[in-house]
Amino acid sequence: MKSFVPVCTVVLFIFGFWYLAAIWLNAPWAYDKATRAGVELTTSELVADTWSQEKPKLPAPHQVAVEIWNTTVEKNITSKRSLIYHSWITLSATLLGFVLGTGLGILLAVGIVYNRVMDRSVMPWVITSQTIPILALAPMIIVVLNAVGISGLLPKAMISMYLSFFPVVVGMVKGLRSPEVMQLDQMRTWNASASQTFWRLRLPASMPFLFASLKVGVAASLVGAIVGELPTGAVAGLGARLLAGSYYGQTIQIWSALIMAAALAALLVSLVGIVQRVTLKRMGMV
Amino acid sequence: MPNGELPMPGLSSAHASGAPVISAHHLDLTFQTNDGPVHALKDVSLDIEKGDFVSFIGPSGCGKTTFLRCMADLEQPTGGTITVNGTTAENARKARAYGYVFQAAGLYPWRTIGGNIKLPLEIMGYSKPEQTERMQRVLDLVELSGFENKFPWQLSGGMQQRASIARALAFDADILLMDEPFGALDEIVRDHLNEQLLKLWARTEKTIAFVTHSIPEAVYLSTKIVVMSPRPGRITDVIESPLPKERPLDIRETPEFLEVAHRVREGLRAGHQDD
Repeated sequence: MKSFVPVCTVVLFIFGFWYLAAIWLNAPWAYDKATRAGVELTTSELVADTWSQEKPKLPAPHQVAVEIWNTTVEKNITSKRSLIYHSWITLSATLLGFVLGTGLGILLAVGIVYNRVMDRSVMPWVITSQTIPILALAPMIIVVLNAVGISGLLPKAMISMYLSFFPVVVGMVKGLRSPEVMQLDQMRTWNASASQTFWRLRLPASMPFLFASLKVGVAASLVGAIVGELPTGAVAGLGARLLAGSYYGQTIQIWSALIMAAALAALLVSLVGIVQRVTLKRMGMV
Repeated sequence: MPNGELPMPGLSSAHASGAPVISAHHLDLTFQTNDGPVHALKDVSLDIEKGDFVSFIGPSGCGKTTFLRCMADLEQPTGGTITVNGTTAENARKARAYGYVFQAAGLYPWRTIGGNIKLPLEIMGYSKPEQTERMQRVLDLVELSGFENKFPWQLSGGMQQRASIARALAFDADILLMDEPFGALDEIVRDHLNEQLLKLWARTEKTIAFVTHSIPEAVYLSTKIVVMSPRPGRITDVIESPLPKERPLDIRETPEFLEVAHRVREGLRAGHQDD
């Protein structure tokens, strides 16, 4: 509750700035209309117009809020115009990609930690993979997978995986290597096997690192799913909403999809945060 | 358990006849570093008899920890031989012949004190009821009964180190190797733990090799004090303590005690003059 006042102050400031920016950016169009109609705008008329245009350069917050309300609460969730429907399409690809990416990341990290050849050879490729712009790569992945008969959820999930495995590899390699030499020596004095050392020492020691990576990974995963919908002519999903909005100049629709994506990301990251807190508390590490 | 088929540690017939428990002959260990070879141990020979409490004392770099690590098969000597319980250090390690206490307690933060003590027992494949039974017994030995469900961060440094000693005692190793276990603790806690360690030694009749920086600690605890000196790491003096086995803390003010302490100090000084 101590953070309530500062958070509210920041939010109020953002909204104030947003409304002012809306007046400034939408004013030319308002003046344009007024000139053509041959009327003079008072200040209050100008403000009212800039906050209620149909295709504003920058929609006012309440316009976005009304759009979100209309496309979530007012629409049946099976409707193609429901934002919940589109969010679910994106979310399912995000979650599948996140699970695949986390699995791949952990497997690669274990390989890198336990195998000298993998340590030398895999890490540079992992880093290289992230330097390729995902926007350039996404259509290729979709096209190639389509050619081998895979379409729908999985190609998008692959792009999510591509973005989310990276933080997991980096974090888990560090986590699995976090036990001190002394702790590894200790295992040796007990003549512990490699698998005992892994399950009882390396893996639990890596948990704080894993969760930090998962938070980054889940947000990257959502970005991946949206990016996967953008260049491919997807008919559904938040990415498709963004694309359709930009084709038809529906700025309010774009902004409501953006806000929805941001809310989704916040939700996912805080869910990982809750799992983190519960797990580490049960492990006695908080 | 993958290692369940290994022989359980215990009294092997090898040293029942009075042969030394640990025996080093002309041990050499040279580390190859970027600045050239470092002679951590040179021509070190020593026998440790069953039931001995042997302290290793000397300045940094004299090889006392390295020597202990050779006994534990954590370092491989480059020359000479070392036997533990009549066999190689490696076989002794695989037979879980010793418990090793490091300078830091090294308890796992995600395990309770009880869970930490059970860790080696789990690894060695003891049954669940036996794990619990042994855990309770060693906690009692180090006077930590009732703390099994606490996490390490809830205990003081001294208590954590006692828990780590309990962990090393939990399985039936006859040898206890201790590498400056009380080095990071303050003097008062240290005195208390030294007293407890002596009682524990008397009760369990283990053979203990103990590395320390402190002259009073070495003299107070040991039946045999091994003075070492650096560059190259070697033994300069071995002192058999004339003190009785029963040692209250105030024995440290007796002339006998001071005489032994004096001889240790002389030995350390002599080692230093060689540089």
